[in-house]
Amino acid sequence: MPEAMAREIDVFETEIALRKQGKIDERLFAETRLRRGTYGQRYDNGQRHDGQKVQEMKYPSGELTKGPNTMWDAPGMQRIKIPGGGLNAEQLEMMADLAEEYSDGIAHVTTRQDFQLHYVHIDDTPSLMRRLAAANITTREACGNSVRNVTACPYTGVCPDETFDVTPYSHALARFLLGHPDCQNFGRKFKPAFSGCAQHACGLTNLHDIGFIAKKRNENGAEKIGFEMYVGGGLGAVPYRAKLFDSFVPPEEILPLTQAIARVFARLGEKKNRNRARIKFLIQDLGIEKFKDLVLEERKTLSHDPRWTEYIAEALREQETPLKPGGEWPEGASEAFKRWLKTNTRAQKQKGYVVVTVALPLGDITSTQLRALADIVRRFTKETIRTTVEQNFVIRWVSQSDLPALYEALQSAELVAPGAGTLVDIVSCPGTDTCKLGISSSRGLAAELRKRLAEKTFELDESVENLHIKISGCFNSCGQHHVADLGFYGVSRKVAGFAVPHFQVVLGGEWEYNGGSYGLPVAAIPSKNIPQVVTRLTERYVANRKNGETFKEFVKRTGKAELKAALDDFARPPANDRSFFSDWGDPREYSIEDIGKGECAGEVVSSVEFDLAAAERELFEAQLAFEKGEIDQAGGLAYRSMLGAAKALVKIGYSTVSDNPDEIVSEFRARYYDTQKFFDPFAGGKFAQYLFAAHDKAPEKTGVPRTPDSTRYLIDESHLFIDAAHACYNRLGTAVSV
Amino acid sequence: MIATARQIKLQHVNVKLFVKDPAGVDLEPLIPIFHSWILGSPFEEMLLDIADYRHVPSGPGIVLIGHQADYGVDNTDNRLGVRYNRKAAVDGDSQDALRQAARAALTACQRLEEEPRLGGKLGFNGREIEVFVNDRLVAPNSIATFEAVRPDLEEFAQKLFRGGEYSLSYDSARDPRSLFSVALKSSRPFPVADLLQNLAP
Repeated sequence: MPEAMAREIDVFETEIALRKQGKIDERLFAETRLRRGTYGQRYDNGQRHDGQKVQEMKYPSGELTKGPNTMWDAPGMQRIKIPGGGLNAEQLEMMADLAEEYSDGIAHVTTRQDFQLHYVHIDDTPSLMRRLAAANITTREACGNSVRNVTACPYTGVCPDETFDVTPYSHALARFLLGHPDCQNFGRKFKPAFSGCAQHACGLTNLHDIGFIAKKRNENGAEKIGFEMYVGGGLGAVPYRAKLFDSFVPPEEILPLTQAIARVFARLGEKKNRNRARIKFLIQDLGIEKFKDLVLEERKTLSHDPRWTEYIAEALREQETPLKPGGEWPEGASEAFKRWLKTNTRAQKQKGYVVVTVALPLGDITSTQLRALADIVRRFTKETIRTTVEQNFVIRWVSQSDLPALYEALQSAELVAPGAGTLVDIVSCPGTDTCKLGISSSRGLAAELRKRLAEKTFELDESVENLHIKISGCFNSCGQHHVADLGFYGVSRKVAGFAVPHFQVVLGGEWEYNGGSYGLPVAAIPSKNIPQVVTRLTERYVANRKNGETFKEFVKRTGKAELKAALDDFARPPANDRSFFSDWGDPREYSIEDIGKGECAGEVVSSVEFDLAAAERELFEAQLAFEKGEIDQAGGLAYRSMLGAAKALVKIGYSTVSDNPDEIVSEFRARYYDTQKFFDPFAGGKFAQYLFAAHDKAPEKTGVPRTPDSTRYLIDESHLFIDAAHACYNRLGTAVSV
Repeated sequence: MIATARQIKLQHVNVKLFVKDPAGVDLEPLIPIFHSWILGSPFEEMLLDIADYRHVPSGPGIVLIGHQADYGVDNTDNRLGVRYNRKAAVDGDSQDALRQAARAALTACQRLEEEPRLGGKLGFNGREIEVFVNDRLVAPNSIATFEAVRPDLEEFAQKLFRGGEYSLSYDSARDPRSLFSVALKSSRPFPVADLLQNLAP
């Protein structure tokens, strides 16, 4: 084990001991453990809703906490960084052992090429980390306000369409930034990504804080390699597309420029308000040109660091090589094998070799399967395997003539599911299964969709087969729903006095071009109706698409009004069907709210619901105006939709509130923000601040017109504000009923 | 150095009992049953949550996560059974650890056999119990470990299958990377209740 890693874990173990003795503040300890990848998990506040009421969970360690409102004994999640997704067989075996001994026998691949183990006790984490370190894996800075895993296209080096292999550069950046002193004082996390090309999705550089796309250019007759560099992308509640920082950065500059960006971010980025602390907000506030000027000035102040360039010569020599000679494409085999070949293999640029995708259901793999996979990569390759942002593995450098034997080996390990990268290969964040922030069961929905779609996979039209479904349990977008053809994120709605799990349907996102564009929400639909939504939308696409029209183009041409109308009959649960009041795979009633608690509350409830629905309609009109390019109209409608939702809540205690925006905002602030009644349990007052900012920046007040970008953000923020108003109203209903 | 008899103090013991007729068993009804167990706290462990891995072939199935231990209806190696995974340390010696884990697993089996929502579809094969040690530092998967723990396992099996003939089976051909495990087999089937009775304190 490298000495630095050993020392780092020793320090953490000491901090655990000090926290147990009460010698470290819980907030400090929380950030300490987060920076080691040790997260909290659902119910770690010591409370669990059993379907009828909230039960207190009395853990043996009593009141000892590992962070604010986070019980010591509550199981947690351990995130494990895998730079570029690259692993070797020994590391797969280590992951298998740890999943068995410290978790529940499952290792989970995330949408950023990490691994996660769930239900891990914090007392076990130092041992777990030591065993990882022995396999040269670190959890350092896997979470917290730090540089997260450096992701990279898993096909880089073998993809026929790439410009060049970005692996050495992504690894160098990961090593350079790990624990770097200039990266220890961020207000929020910072996520880097690399892609070997502009046109495919695999690197997702558009949705990262910093993204590098491989480029070549001719300088004085000589071909030079470099990177198109982007900054300020990010999903989260309101997605931002990354902005071009420089169209060509030579390799020797990518580390120092990133260092300069880190220093500017650490110095000027928001620290107090976490909801504005990502670098995308700093860049939005400064403007890309001003930001760039600051970074370039900062760059000039940096003392030379040999690490900026010393990796280049060495790294370029360390190219992956095959174990076997290239072979011929196999002929004659079963239908199942042929189908798997079609969806789970991709030709390499090196003749005679393919990349094989091992599709994991919901990103999950057992310890037994991990060991089998270790054997397989030893047998067929020089252990060239990587995780992907679609929560799968890819095995690189497979000789084509080995495909039948490889298929057989994967089949023995039950790792031969076809449909990689297709409609059935659904991406999902953990959602309510284990995430503290989950609102709806994203994994439950993903499992259900997967089951239903797999059953009719042979009936699917070819145009539908390659669509992408991505699901997040909440607005935070860990399931990357914004860049899916069919995206969903969890929200809750009140129906007949009960909370009902819903998903916002997000259409028109683009997976290709590194997550080229983001979809917009169309309608909130009860969770149990989402499978029918998928069926109806895909059938409509098949029936009405024009020649070669992509789903994104179809959505744009059809228009959201028509698509929403097509889903209207799914928007309410059917009468007398109690199954809608629980989530997928979870029979507990989703809410404890009871419609029978008081006539007055009931009347107010009806009025609020009506007003919130009106706000949603207004917001939908804003989206339609935006689609038509009517920016002023769209911005005004979105702003008014927020005012409408705020007014709906204000009316609960002040029924004669006027339509004057100043009065609505002022009353809303006094009644819901200052009292924290509107606060989301985890996002705090973030969504209320959207209203305040929209109010302060309204063109009527400032005389500054809205731009297409700012209007797009305003529409997204309005969605979140209205969702938060629904959630607030649900909580008020609970309070009334108690 | 090869471990000698009774050098290993067993911890993190797992016990698995196999379902008699696994064909056609639907795991979905277990989810509300496990939720009711969390609510009713029928065991000594603190039960916390449910993890549903039905989508993973030959996987852990449905796991009832607890603080001291997990209970799962597990399909590892395509053999469906109830698996008790002890996480917290157990006071006493190896016999105490084995007895505690086996009693917990058998109690869960008994509850499932009697569970009206399952309609008697989940019955257990009372002639085989697999014992794992989920701790490679304590018990690496080797013949040396088997030799070291054999006396404890024999003593335990004698109690468990009281009045019957038994055998211990350590599969030395099994993947050495997998957990150390030994199958305890009886010459005749025992009802779960009898096995529990045999392990009564």
